[in-house]
Amino acid sequence: MSLQTSPQPADVTTAPPPFLDVRDLRVHFPTEDGLVRSVDGVSFTLEKGQTLGIVGESGSGKSVTSLALLGLHKGTRAQVSGEIWLDGRELVGLPEQEMRALRGSTVSMIFQDPLSALHPFFTVGAQIAEAYRVHHRVSKKEARDRAVEMLRRVGIPQPELRVKDYPHQFSGGMRQRAMIAMSLVCDPALLIADEPTTALDVTVQAQILDLIRDLQEEFGSAVVIITHDLGVVADVADDILVMYGGRRVEYGTARDVLKQPEHPYTWGLLQSMPQIEGDVSRRLNPIPGSPPSLINLPGGCAFHPRCTYKGWVPEGRCTVERPELLAVSGTAGHIAACHLTAESKTQIRGDGAARAAK
Amino acid sequence: MLRYLVRRLLAAAVILLVITVITFFIFFALPSNPALLACGKTCSPSRLAEIRHSLGLDQGIATQFWEFFKGLFVGRDYGDQSVRIHCGAPCLGVSFQTDTPVLTTLLDDFPADLSLGLGAAVAFVVLGVGLGTVAAVRRGKAADKAAVGLALVGVSVQIYFVGLLLLYLLVDKLQILPASGYTPITEDPAGWFQGLILPWATLVIVYLAMYTRLTRSSMLEVFSEDYMRTARAKGLPAGTVVLKHGLRAAITPIITIFGMDVGALIGGSAVITESVFGINGIGKLAVDSVQNSDLPVILGTTLFAATFVVLANVVVDLVYGLVDPRVRLA
Ligand SMILES: Nc1ncnc2c1ncn2[C@@H]1O[C@H](COP(=O)(O)OP(=O)(O)OP(=O)(O)O)[C@@H](O)[C@H]1O
Ligand code: SF4
Ligand SMILES: [Mg+2]
Repeated sequence: MSLQTSPQPADVTTAPPPFLDVRDLRVHFPTEDGLVRSVDGVSFTLEKGQTLGIVGESGSGKSVTSLALLGLHKGTRAQVSGEIWLDGRELVGLPEQEMRALRGSTVSMIFQDPLSALHPFFTVGAQIAEAYRVHHRVSKKEARDRAVEMLRRVGIPQPELRVKDYPHQFSGGMRQRAMIAMSLVCDPALLIADEPTTALDVTVQAQILDLIRDLQEEFGSAVVIITHDLGVVADVADDILVMYGGRRVEYGTARDVLKQPEHPYTWGLLQSMPQIEGDVSRRLNPIPGSPPSLINLPGGCAFHPRCTYKGWVPEGRCTVERPELLAVSGTAGHIAACHLTAESKTQIRGDGAARAAK
Repeated sequence: MLRYLVRRLLAAAVILLVITVITFFIFFALPSNPALLACGKTCSPSRLAEIRHSLGLDQGIATQFWEFFKGLFVGRDYGDQSVRIHCGAPCLGVSFQTDTPVLTTLLDDFPADLSLGLGAAVAFVVLGVGLGTVAAVRRGKAADKAAVGLALVGVSVQIYFVGLLLLYLLVDKLQILPASGYTPITEDPAGWFQGLILPWATLVIVYLAMYTRLTRSSMLEVFSEDYMRTARAKGLPAGTVVLKHGLRAAITPIITIFGMDVGALIGGSAVITESVFGINGIGKLAVDSVQNSDLPVILGTTLFAATFVVLANVVVDLVYGLVDPRVRLA
């Protein structure tokens, strides 16, 4: 299997190490039913000011990956292996105390559902101020002013009043803004947004994505956006990592992956993208079948039970031989794991385009 | 807020009225004969009739209730020309046995229940929440198993067993403590404290179990909440995560039950503890009154206890509104 970790061209001799370098990350959970391999050999890199989109269906290991970046599996039964290099520091083996100092300050996270991720019994302002005070020796007053300032930055009207509100007094979009304010309060170098827009309606989704992008420009952070919706990352991501069953199936620059997707699973995700025009909630052609068991991943290509193109590969190789992540010729760092030949893919993509055009 | 309070208090009054009616009719309709008891062994029929008259028992039950109800608001006078007992409002009646107004007796006994109930409640809630928190944090580890085991023992033992055992061991055998009982705190604070140690300990052992288990399960539920992950993701120390973010949320359901328990305890529900340790509290008063068919005292103690439980309910709701900002008291 390829350990190639970056789709960006890198000058091997002089390039400094990437800001974030995840190598062969594995997160396994021993359970009564067996070992759940939620993340199984995932690698990627990310530079400051860049955005990586991690895409995959529910249960593909996206959140587990992001929690590993925050070191939040420490002290749980999760077994984490591999390496996470952040700015020259390895996080997997880092003691909890040191990891804690990084959490919220260097690495921070925007959670999926802001209503449940914010504490119902503390005011929004108190929660933001608290996040600031953990890492800064400042008075309560200064932290509060900082909270107001952050709320203003993320576009909450009348922040000096709203700072005293409880999360339930905010609308869904405002709550997510507050969550973003909280995660940015310490100017993190790495921001992870785990499905930041899933709980929101489409217009608010776009606003939140714009906000994240603006703030990223302002703060120069590296951003990981996690989503099951390729549409979300299409505009904002520089690179895209497609995960299936805890593994990478395709990885490349956003341009390459969107223009010339190489994996049938990515094709499926693209086809199931909700269309922005028309009926927004309608998803076109969801991928048939359901996500695989992470305890007993299907042999061969993990996607084969749901793949409509396995017939194109001779001798039933899809069911017996696991496809390696191979470089796509003519690209810089675009990799995909599928047995289909380049000719077959071109032909299939042509068919799809022709069908879509009709 | 004020309107809510007024509404709640009115509702509480209605509930108390219903309880009064029910208790009144249950006990006064019973085929007991308090007049005969009051009259003694050598009782002539004419004396019996006199007593019946002076107790008001010769009237119809509806009239009796009306007299009682009126007495609650304007007071009542009992007896005939020779012996006259005034019972000021709110009059809960006059004991058949001692001829003292029931309320006077209740208020005399109340400090004992207040001391016993509040003291024990503070101890068992602090210990229970503490143990439960430790158990939840150390889930599955030795400390958890110990706390859960302890809780199990506490649930299965009976108050009189624990009480008598403690008395036997600590007072009779080892003689570490003086005999238990109630001394008013105003008279002798040290004696007050020493005399209540064992009764408190008994109640703590019995109640601790429930609070430990409640806190443990409530905590474990809270631990799985997203906002706890957020708290860790902020970089907060583990202690702050558990005690500030965790306990703050886990304690809310416990407040309700704690309020009820305190209300019931200081309203005189620690009957067994009182009698084991010879504390003259309202619980003991209630038991004695049943044995003597002292109807006004039965009614009085019942109403007294009910009042505390109902008021505890109102207080719990108010506190809940303060603790949980999502609850709007309107
Ligand atoms: N603590 C745990 N113990 C056992 N299994 C776990 C644990 N945490 C996560 N998993 C499993 O790991 C798999 C991946 O979970 P993860 O939350 O990363 O999915 P996801 O890609 O974020 O999906 P979604 O889009 O639904 O958020 C799931 O099948 C989940 O059941
Ligand atoms: S390897 Fe086979 S089964 Fe897997 S995605 Fe490619 S064609 Fe489909
Ligand atoms: Mg997730």
